[in-house]
Amino acid sequence: MAVSEPGSVGVSLDDETALEVYRTMRRIRVAEDRIVRGIGAGELRMVYYGVRGQEAIPAAVSAHLRPDDAMVTTYRGMHDCIAKGVPLVELVAEMCGKVTGTSKGKGGPMHLSDPQSGLMVTTGVVGGGLPIAVGLGLAAQLRGTDQVTVVNFGDGATSIGATHEAANLAALWQVPVVFVCQHNQYAEHTRFSDYTRTERLAERFATYGMMAETVDGNSVPDMYDAAGRAVVRARSGGGPTFLECLTYRLGGHTFGAATDYMDVDELAKAEEDEPVARCRRWLQEERGIDEKTLSGIDEAAEAEVEEAVEAAKSAPDPTEDELQTDVFADPEAVPA
Amino acid sequence: MSARTAADAATDTMSGAINQALDGALAEDPSVFLLGEDIEDPAGGVMKATVGLSTKYGRARVRGTPISEQAIVGTAIGASLAGFRPVAEVMLMDFFAVAMDQVANHAAKLRYMSGGRTHVPITIRTAVGGGRQFGAQHSQSLEGWLMQVPGLKVAVPSTPADAKGLLTTCIFDDDPCVFMETMSLLFTRGPVPAGRHEVPLGTAEVKRPGDDVTVVTWGWQVGEALAAAEAVGAEGISVEVVDLRTLVPLDREAILRSVARTHRALVVHAASQFAGPGAEIASLVAHELFGDLAVPVERLGAKYGPIPYSASLEVRHFPNRERIAQRLRAMVGSPSS
Repeated sequence: MAVSEPGSVGVSLDDETALEVYRTMRRIRVAEDRIVRGIGAGELRMVYYGVRGQEAIPAAVSAHLRPDDAMVTTYRGMHDCIAKGVPLVELVAEMCGKVTGTSKGKGGPMHLSDPQSGLMVTTGVVGGGLPIAVGLGLAAQLRGTDQVTVVNFGDGATSIGATHEAANLAALWQVPVVFVCQHNQYAEHTRFSDYTRTERLAERFATYGMMAETVDGNSVPDMYDAAGRAVVRARSGGGPTFLECLTYRLGGHTFGAATDYMDVDELAKAEEDEPVARCRRWLQEERGIDEKTLSGIDEAAEAEVEEAVEAAKSAPDPTEDELQTDVFADPEAVPA
Repeated sequence: MSARTAADAATDTMSGAINQALDGALAEDPSVFLLGEDIEDPAGGVMKATVGLSTKYGRARVRGTPISEQAIVGTAIGASLAGFRPVAEVMLMDFFAVAMDQVANHAAKLRYMSGGRTHVPITIRTAVGGGRQFGAQHSQSLEGWLMQVPGLKVAVPSTPADAKGLLTTCIFDDDPCVFMETMSLLFTRGPVPAGRHEVPLGTAEVKRPGDDVTVVTWGWQVGEALAAAEAVGAEGISVEVVDLRTLVPLDREAILRSVARTHRALVVHAASQFAGPGAEIASLVAHELFGDLAVPVERLGAKYGPIPYSASLEVRHFPNRERIAQRLRAMVGSPSS
């Protein structure tokens, strides 16, 4: 089991890719800020599970992925979807329940899918996506393609049985799956130290016989390197990897939920380390990227998100004929 | 059955017929593969339904798994999203309790939740106990659970021929199907058409024609109903036995067509009677044929309670030919003719 050094700088991450990663992170951040503002103002209505603080993980992972690589994520997954390439207009429309959404408004924010960009499943059940990811990986293995499957989940998912069944089977069959554990320190409303005596989740998953690594999930270069190792391993037939990506959920379980179980000082410290600003500083200080370039990315993200929100707001709801379509392929098979 | 297929039919057990269907599907379509506990040779499945298949098709396509029902079903779902037609085996229906998150929250719902952009063409084969002293955790008929989850199809053959035909149809169906293999029927022989054989989902079959009363049933209880029909037939009561074969889709027309003629309906199943599948069918008949019924629709299902081990108790738990016959006599009263 390898554990990367905190703060170690990625050597393989070129400036162009680093800016792409930053662009993705900024688009995620702007989308979240806009959605949260919209919900708060009564302008948008949805259940929203915040991703603030976790942006670097999927942005760095997705920099190694192709559209034909598969992804599975969870209800706290808008950042994963954006990073994988789901078009923002359709994504926001789906979250608003509109017919122009990725699922015609029938899936919603917890059940996003967009096979065209490789987003195969978003599950509302903690741990439910991991066995499915093993199957997507097996499909690539059986076909002999070099497609990779990435499955995202929180640290909370490491307590449920499906996760362990999937990890064991993935290692046994050496399927090309990257298990991306976004360790945000909370299982819904319970702190990590209150639900397990395990200190390093990577150690637990290494015992299944797969490569497992702990990485600073808020460091773009570290995250990029670790994800690169895992994706290359999967793509080249080297089997699955478990990535324990250390991060911090900078908010409650859902938008508007109480946060009184969160340590105020710890949260403030985590906010100082938040990955979008950190990446921006890093690009300026370590890579010498100028402010104008970064502001340009920021402004473009604002415009893109605003356009998506406005499009969603003016889009129609699905009509009644959608109520019982897509239950089965054959509408005749649907009981009256 | 056409003259040609009748001529081609040889006999086999239901287990053998299932093996034939799996063999045919594996041979026909490279996207078909099997996974489940102990399904590889030499075990060939605890019910022997997969004997010879890993030897013939290799262990990449006939895959033994750890004892991990969630992973078995979840893996099947994932592979199906990528274009495969996996056939998963959940060894016993009771273990659906373990796999149910994948079955109910994922397999059943992904087509709908994706607005039709993904679908889950999997088949889950599962053996159903009952009447064999396997106790409360190895004997349950849980089709009622599955019928309550929109998005799942449920097939329950009562003959080797139907087993081959329904399983083939399930494998090539584009939606998730659960295929129930009744243990007490697995080793009884019957004719099985050679070559590819399909039975469309949602088509009931009249297994015995009759005029005075309709028994609507499936799986294990078809044989019991036929035996009861034979017994009361000798007393002058003419019983029609409708074998639903699939519960979802449900062949409403076949049920109503029969009862409209007999004016009496008894629904029989091994699943628990209380809030069981029979309630849906009884409601359908009562609503559609209210004015045509000579007597209220009756149900005969398993007693409300965990399934007992002792043979003397278990025989009283499930419906059987004697209790069906008794109920039929009470419903028809004095025989017709």
